[in-house]
Amino acid sequence: MTLGFVLLVHTAFDRAEQVARYFAANGCPVVVHVDGKVRPRLFQQFRDRLADEPLIRFSRRTRVEWGTWSIVRATQMASARLLKDFPDVRHVFLASGSCLPLRPVAELRDYLDAHPETDFIESVTTDHVTWTVDGLEEERFTLRFPFSWRRHRRLFDAYVAVQRRLGLKRRIPPGVSPHLGSQWWCLTRRTLDSILTAPDRAAIDSYFSKVWIPDESYFQSLTRRYSTQVESRPLTLSKFDVHGKPHIFYDDHQPLLERSDCFVARKIWPRAEGLYATFLDDNRTATRRAEPNPGKIDRVFSKANERRGQGRPGLYSQARFPAPGFENGLTCARYNVFSGLDQLFEDFGSWLSGRLGGRVHGHLYAPDRAEFAGGETVMNGCLSDSAALRDYRPTQFLSNLLWSTRGERQTFLFGPGDAQDVVPFIARDPNATIVAVSGAWAVPLSASNADFDTVKAEAARLQRAELVFLRTLRTPGVAARVHQWTLADFLADPPERLRAVMDEMSGPGPRRLTDLPAMRDTRGIPDFLFRLRNGGVKPLVMGNFDSNGTIADRGPAAQRHAG
Amino acid sequence: MGLISSYRMRLRRRYWRARAFRRRRQLRVVRDRTRSFGPGAILAASTVRNERARLPYFLDYYRAQGVDHFLFVDNGSDDGTCDYLAAQPDVSVWRTRASYADAAYGVDWLNWLLRQHAHRHWCLTVDVDEFLVYPFCDTRPLRALTDWLDASSVRSFGAMILDMYPKGPIGGRSYHEGQNPFEIASWFDSGNYMFERNPMYGNLWIQGGVRARTFFADRPRKAPALNKVPLVRWHRDFVYVSSTHALLPRGLNLTYDAGGGEKTTGVLLHAKFLSLFVDRAAEEAERSEHYRGAGEYRTYAGGLDGQTDLWCKWSERYINWRQLEILGLISKGNWA
Repeated sequence: MTLGFVLLVHTAFDRAEQVARYFAANGCPVVVHVDGKVRPRLFQQFRDRLADEPLIRFSRRTRVEWGTWSIVRATQMASARLLKDFPDVRHVFLASGSCLPLRPVAELRDYLDAHPETDFIESVTTDHVTWTVDGLEEERFTLRFPFSWRRHRRLFDAYVAVQRRLGLKRRIPPGVSPHLGSQWWCLTRRTLDSILTAPDRAAIDSYFSKVWIPDESYFQSLTRRYSTQVESRPLTLSKFDVHGKPHIFYDDHQPLLERSDCFVARKIWPRAEGLYATFLDDNRTATRRAEPNPGKIDRVFSKANERRGQGRPGLYSQARFPAPGFENGLTCARYNVFSGLDQLFEDFGSWLSGRLGGRVHGHLYAPDRAEFAGGETVMNGCLSDSAALRDYRPTQFLSNLLWSTRGERQTFLFGPGDAQDVVPFIARDPNATIVAVSGAWAVPLSASNADFDTVKAEAARLQRAELVFLRTLRTPGVAARVHQWTLADFLADPPERLRAVMDEMSGPGPRRLTDLPAMRDTRGIPDFLFRLRNGGVKPLVMGNFDSNGTIADRGPAAQRHAG
Repeated sequence: MGLISSYRMRLRRRYWRARAFRRRRQLRVVRDRTRSFGPGAILAASTVRNERARLPYFLDYYRAQGVDHFLFVDNGSDDGTCDYLAAQPDVSVWRTRASYADAAYGVDWLNWLLRQHAHRHWCLTVDVDEFLVYPFCDTRPLRALTDWLDASSVRSFGAMILDMYPKGPIGGRSYHEGQNPFEIASWFDSGNYMFERNPMYGNLWIQGGVRARTFFADRPRKAPALNKVPLVRWHRDFVYVSSTHALLPRGLNLTYDAGGGEKTTGVLLHAKFLSLFVDRAAEEAERSEHYRGAGEYRTYAGGLDGQTDLWCKWSERYINWRQLEILGLISKGNWA
C-alpha cells in the first residue's frame, strides 16, 4: 500500500464509483471528496453504495467553484484525511471522477516505486507559461480576485482593470516562488505533509485564497518550497481547448489513448462504455512498459485547437465566414491573372497552358459565361459557368474555384470587357499574380472593320473600365504581385517582359523566350490612337507612341494619368 | 447591436410567440406521450404531410443517433401517416387541417410545441427528408455532441442543407419504404455554395448547391436558402422565425466563426430528389402552401419530370462525414 488516490467528484457518480472501486480492488486507498453542491440525498446514496469497501473513505465536503480557492480547500481536506487514515501511503495521486487509468494500477505503482522520492507535478515559472487563456499569468499572484469569473465577469474584469490602473500589487509571501501547472499531480507523502503542516500555512493559505485559479498554483508553488526532486510533468494526460475547457475522450480515442502510455487520462465522457470497459479490465493483454508519451494525442488536440482558432485559410463555409480583415488568407492557393496579353497574342491561352501547366481558363469573368478551361460548363465542385450565378457573388466564385481545385495552379484571363466586381478582392490577395498590359484591347479594335463610331464607343467603354482597374491596382493595401505595363512599354521588348513574368511563375527558364506565340499586327496602333484622339476619345492607357509608329522613349505618360 | 435594435428584436420575438399562441388551437392531440421522457431527453420535432413512405427510415435513423422522443404535427395527411406515428412508442402527434402557409410554413405550430415540451431539452427540428450528419457521427451518438456543446456553453448547432440527388433520372429508381434514401440519392455538389451574413438576424444566408446550379442559374437571388440551425438547447423564450433558418434571440444564429476560425458544424443530408418528389412537385405547386407561394415548387414542376438528371461529372458521391470535413462543408471545430 504505497499509493493512494484523492478523488474529486461532482457528477457522473456511477463512473466515479467504478473507478474508485477499481483503485481499491488493487489495494490503493481512495479518499473521495464530493462537491458540497451535490444534494445530500444523492451524496448519501453514493456513500452507501461504497460502504462495503473499507479502502474508500469520504472527506468533509465543501462547495467547490471553478477557479476559486474552494477546490484547493477540498484537495487539502481529502489529502489530509488520506495521509492520516493510511499511514503506509507514500505517493498521493490527485484525480477527478472523470479520470480513467489507462494502464493497470500495478504498473503505476511499479513506476512510483522506481521513483520513490519524486514529486510528479507540472510546475512552471510564470515567465514560461504559454497556455493561460485569460492572459493573466504573473498577475494571478499579484492582484486580488474577489469576484467570480463565471458569475460576475464584468466585476471581475473591472476590478482587474482598476488594480492595474492604480498599480495595486499584493506582496508575495516570503518563501513562495510563483509556479503554475496542471492541477492534477502525484506528490510524495513527505512533500504533501510539509505543505499541509507548514507552520505558516495559515498565512500562505490566506494569500493563495485570493490568487486567481489557485488550484493551478498552490501545490505547484509550494512543492518547489519543500520537494527535493520535482519532475515537472503530470502523470495525468489532460488536454485543453482554446477556451481553456478540457478536451473530452470518447470511445474512438481508444487506440490513441493506448499508444500514449500515460497512466491516467481525463476527461472521459461518462457514457464512453468502450473506454471504461477496456481500461478498467486488468486482464487485458499486457501492454508495453514505455515512458508516458502523450505526443500523438497532443498533435490531435493541437490540430483541433488550430482548426477552431485559425481555420483553413481560403475556406468560406457555414463554419467559417470571416469578417473583412479576419480572413487569414483571402484564398487558399496561388493563382495567376493575365490581363490584355490575349489581345496581343494569337491563342495566348494554349501557349500559357503549355508553359505553366495547371489549369488555364479563358475569361472567367466574361460577360456571357465563365469560360472554364476546355470549354467545360461545370468545373470542380460543380461550379456552374452561369454568369448570373458568378456575378451574384463574384469573389466567392473565385474562392470556391480555388478551394475545389486545391493542388492545381489556376490561371485565367481577364480584361476590361469582363465583369469587374472581383478586382478589388484580387488586388488585396497575396495569392494573386496579376500580369496586365493596359490598352492591349486597342490591338484587335484597331483591326476592326466596324463603323468608326461603334469602335470609338467601344474604346471609350473599355478604357473607362481599365482606368478603374489600374487605379485599383495602385490603391493602398494591394497585396497581389502586380506586373503592369502600358501597351507601348510592353511592345518595347515583349520577350524580355514575358520572360520576367514566366520566371517568377514557373522558375527560371531559358535566358530569352524563343517560342513566343504569334503576335498580332501592331503597326496600325499609332494611327488608330491618332484617329481616336481626334475622334474625341483621348487614349490614356496605351503609353506613348510617336507619330512614326515607333515607340517613344519617354516615360509612360499613361501611367501618370491612370494613377 | 444597440439598445433600439435589441428592443426591436424583442418585439419581434414576442410577435412570433403571439402567433404561436394564437395558432395553438389549430393543433388537436392525437397521441401525447410527452410525460414519458425525463429531463435530459433529446427531442426531435417535425411537421409532416403524407410522408408515410419516408417515416420508417427517418425514425430509425434518429433513434439510432439517440433521439429519445419525437414531436410531430400532422398537417392533414390522408395516407395513414398519422396512424402510423400514433402507433410508435416514442412519438407524440398533433393533428391539424389548417393552412401550412398561414402557420408560417409550420413554424407557428412547432414554436408552440417546443415552448410547451422542449424547455431545457436539446431539440432537433428537421423535416422528414433531412438527415443530420455531424463530426464523428459514426462513432459518437448525438448525446456526445450535446454534452460537449453543454460543456462548451454553446446553445445551438448549425447544419446547412446538402441536397442529395441520384445519378441518372430522378424517377429512375423508385424508393421503397424503409430504404436508406442515400442508396439512391448518393451524390451532391461539393463546392458551389455562396454565403452572406444576414444583418437582421446575424445568421449566414447560404445559397447554392444543385438547386441553384440547375433551377436558379439565371436568377440566383431566388435560390432557396440552405442555412439551418436545427439543433438547439431549447428555452421556452426561443422562437424560430423563418423555418429553421433563423432563431431569436439572435445569438443562437452565430453558428459560424467570424474571426477566421471554424466552429463545429454538421449538415442535413436532404433526400428531396427521389422518385417520390416528381409527383409531389406538381402537387405542391398546385396547392401553393409553400414559401413564396410555392414558387420554388412551380420551378421544379416546370423544369422537372422523371427524366431530369441533376448529376454532372463533378458531382461527389457521399461516403462519410470525414469526406465532408475535407471538402470544407462541415467542420470539426475544436471537437476532437
